[in-house]
Amino acid sequence: MMSTEANNMLCDDCQKEPACVHITKIINQQKVEKHLCEQCAHKSGEIAGKGINNLFGSKLSVHDFLKEMFNYTLPDSSRPALEPVCADCGLSYSEFTRSGKFGCSGCYQAFSGQLEPLFKRIHGTAAHAGKTPKRGGIRLSVAQRIRRLRHELEQHVNREEYEFAAKLRDEIRALEKQLAEPAAGRGGMADGEPIG
Amino acid sequence: MANLLANLLKQPLTPWLSGSGPEGDIVLTSRVRLARNLRCQPFPGRAAADKLGEIMAEFKEVPTALMAEDGHEYAFVELESLAPLDRYVLVEKHVISPAHAAGPENRALIVRDDAGVSIMVNEEDHLRLQCLESGLNLMDAFNKANAVDDVIETRHDLAFMEHLGYLTACPTNMGTGLRASVMIHLPALALTKQVGRIMAVATQLGLAVRGLYGEGTEAAGNIFQISNQITLGRSEQDIINNLSGVVKQVVDKERTARSLLESDSRDALADRVWRAYGVLRYAQRISSQEALALLSEVRLGIDLGVIDEAAPEVFNELLVTTRPNFLQNLVGETALHQSERNALRAKLIRRKLKGGCNHV
Repeated sequence: MMSTEANNMLCDDCQKEPACVHITKIINQQKVEKHLCEQCAHKSGEIAGKGINNLFGSKLSVHDFLKEMFNYTLPDSSRPALEPVCADCGLSYSEFTRSGKFGCSGCYQAFSGQLEPLFKRIHGTAAHAGKTPKRGGIRLSVAQRIRRLRHELEQHVNREEYEFAAKLRDEIRALEKQLAEPAAGRGGMADGEPIG
Repeated sequence: MANLLANLLKQPLTPWLSGSGPEGDIVLTSRVRLARNLRCQPFPGRAAADKLGEIMAEFKEVPTALMAEDGHEYAFVELESLAPLDRYVLVEKHVISPAHAAGPENRALIVRDDAGVSIMVNEEDHLRLQCLESGLNLMDAFNKANAVDDVIETRHDLAFMEHLGYLTACPTNMGTGLRASVMIHLPALALTKQVGRIMAVATQLGLAVRGLYGEGTEAAGNIFQISNQITLGRSEQDIINNLSGVVKQVVDKERTARSLLESDSRDALADRVWRAYGVLRYAQRISSQEALALLSEVRLGIDLGVIDEAAPEVFNELLVTTRPNFLQNLVGETALHQSERNALRAKLIRRKLKGGCNHV
């Protein structure tokens, strides 16, 4: 395990520079710790290259990371015989895992069964909390507000703040009612359908 | 339109690179980019040439709509109509990406007269719109980008899902489609060897740190780009506030490092920055990497009041004018050999520094 925390320790090797690389290795079932300065860490080969570019990888791109993630999601051996294919652009899920790119907005629906864990690994969540297009109408922002309130409600319940929770519950109910009534009239879309 | 583009290509300094905004001595620029796509159309990476042409044509009226909104002049430029050199000058000026310049067929640029707003058509996504501001001013940049986005979405059906937000070709951009970034000059943190540690912390906070020209590029001239990594699950305001907060802290650290350098080793620092100035002032040939490294030191000297023979804007201007394609563009079609380019760069820097403050 390796971390780059800051502290006042001196480097184990040169005893001059502050140690900024801390390495814990298990060798023959024994824990061995080493604290090195950046230069000695490079010399010992514990970190490859030097400087900012290697810290974040001049050759290792976001797509390399993604590729690894996709492979983790769907190993070759477990690939189903009938994999999802996007009806709009013809991209198959395995093509997507190879390229790391969707072919069109329809792919998000076509692969929806597979994507949530991936989105969570990339972003830590799979739920949008930002802008909604004005063209989508009020319904979208109401639905989004309900989702946010539900999340808040859960937090209040966990903290046993039942008075706040009750207020939020009422607000959610009122919004749900609002959502249910005029949605059909406005030609509202089902959640999951890409909209314009 | 031709004038707009000619000015953009020839002008060394666009307003957003003037260094005039908040924290402008350390934060050079703030940029906000929104990735957007049309619904029911293949993303550019999977679209055939004729489809790409069709998509490009769909956005031809955007400049008129934007003009009506903010009164600025906008141009729609098909990249194929530009000479390769011009395209790469636009890359050096951060108006388009290297990938956009490399494959110009059926790709376009919509750009405002001051280059503060630009939209790449058919880059990785159908639209990549970006707004630039001088200094640390991400919220203004976002508000502008959002206004442009509003104009576009009233005229075009954008791909959006209620629970996933804006849909993009790469899942790393989905949700808000928002990438906010600042270009930040950290010479004192680099000199005191703290930059790696600070950047490691920034990455732990969900931010990405890169070199001057994006992913995989060198942090030349101690200039770094810090940007958000996560685009889904947070509101645009949260993303902007988080990045601004971290950048403010990095700026504070840079200021502390500068004070320390000044109080503990002013003489050594003065020697170093004057030597850098001396090389720039008299060198006959200089590579772009060396120029950037020395200009970074000179800028630090100017900021700390060690050097009084040049204005801070010299640094920002030379950042653009010493880039290889900008230099080539200055001399026209005759292809410059690298050694000729190094000589021209040195000459240009000498002339600029000889001019002193009054001639900047």
